[in-house]
Amino acid sequence: MRSVVPGTLTGEIFEDYAMLSIDELSRLCAVDRTYIVELVEEGVLSVTEVASEWRFPGAALRRARTALRLQRDLEINLPGVALALELMEELDRLRRGLEIGRK
Amino acid sequence: MDFKDYYKVMGVARDATEAQIKQAYRKLARKYHPDVSKEKDAEARFKELGEAYEVLKSPEKRAAYDQLGQGPRPGEAFRPPPDWGSGFEFGGAGPGARPGGDADYSEFFESLFGRAGGGARRGRRGFDTGRGEDHHAKIMLDLDATLQGGSRTFTLRVPELDAQGRLVSKERVLNVQVPKGILPGQTIRLAGQGSGAAGEGTPGDLYIEVEFQPHALYRIDGRDLYLELPVTPWEAALGASVKAPTPGGVVDLKIPSGSHAGTKLRLKGRGIPAATPGDFYVVLQIALPPANDDDAKAAYGAFAAALPFNPRTTLGV
Repeated sequence: MRSVVPGTLTGEIFEDYAMLSIDELSRLCAVDRTYIVELVEEGVLSVTEVASEWRFPGAALRRARTALRLQRDLEINLPGVALALELMEELDRLRRGLEIGRK
Repeated sequence: MDFKDYYKVMGVARDATEAQIKQAYRKLARKYHPDVSKEKDAEARFKELGEAYEVLKSPEKRAAYDQLGQGPRPGEAFRPPPDWGSGFEFGGAGPGARPGGDADYSEFFESLFGRAGGGARRGRRGFDTGRGEDHHAKIMLDLDATLQGGSRTFTLRVPELDAQGRLVSKERVLNVQVPKGILPGQTIRLAGQGSGAAGEGTPGDLYIEVEFQPHALYRIDGRDLYLELPVTPWEAALGASVKAPTPGGVVDLKIPSGSHAGTKLRLKGRGIPAATPGDFYVVLQIALPPANDDDAKAAYGAFAAALPFNPRTTLGV
């Protein structure tokens, strides 16, 4: 089955404007808010506090979803997920540097 | 329909133990996980692997699958035998609970074990707000899309329940105005394009994760772009004005005298657009003309005679 959405859709860059509450983030990730709390406690997600409420930058969505996939698909625990994410970022950085200096 | 050899997919023998199968899955899952892997076909391989593991880890499904034998001879289409599945109970969580969650199964799998029911799959309706589900997708963009903006057409596969409540994979073709200045790793949000986009109730949103295809000339680092520009030894030593490609068109670039390999020249604000746009960096490389005829050899000889030079003094030799 194939459907074509008529017209041109205009999107926004989510990371440019989004500030998410813990409820919004857990809904977007389809997880319980306790899981988001665990990600914060593990240092996977960073938060700012606004009027004693947590606020997440838009980039937290993708990071939390990646963490969730890693945990579910590879059956690794949270400290392992945190380590994997940090190493993946480091790898990304090194790869970019390598591409710039190569050839 | 193609027969799928799940043992081959997992790289295990047909008499592999449960422990061996689990071990093989873990190892391959780490290798092909789309978030981790740089393999080209990682997504497809990971999907195939998840499906194979779903069958082989379950004693009932595995036993039923084993009854099929090694599959048809090459070139022959596969059809499940008429007595397929009799005497087996495929209980448990069902296909919907498989790792990875939102991917769909092959036709082969579904002909044997049925389609995933709706319930187990991502079934949460946003905290009972009556709102449709949000969808998430991933696309590859070309660099021009973020530099110039402009619309691009994407085909997304969306799992949906049909009138009978069966899960079907639907293709949705969207024409999207790409926001100028979007970076790899960012997300385009399309409000109201999630579940229920054409139906009743408040529809969910569509979140599209963006990655970039590698560009033939430019490398991306944050908002900055890098170009490696070959120059001749005399252009680098004496200075010159040379042509260089940039996203905005060809520019005349002034090479300062005394440049060397790795010299970085910055064109301010010519990177990826934003309130504070990125910069465009030209990294010089020295290209040597080949010495493949007598004239060229004589020229190199004269060069060596005129400029005694040891580039290895810092190496102590």
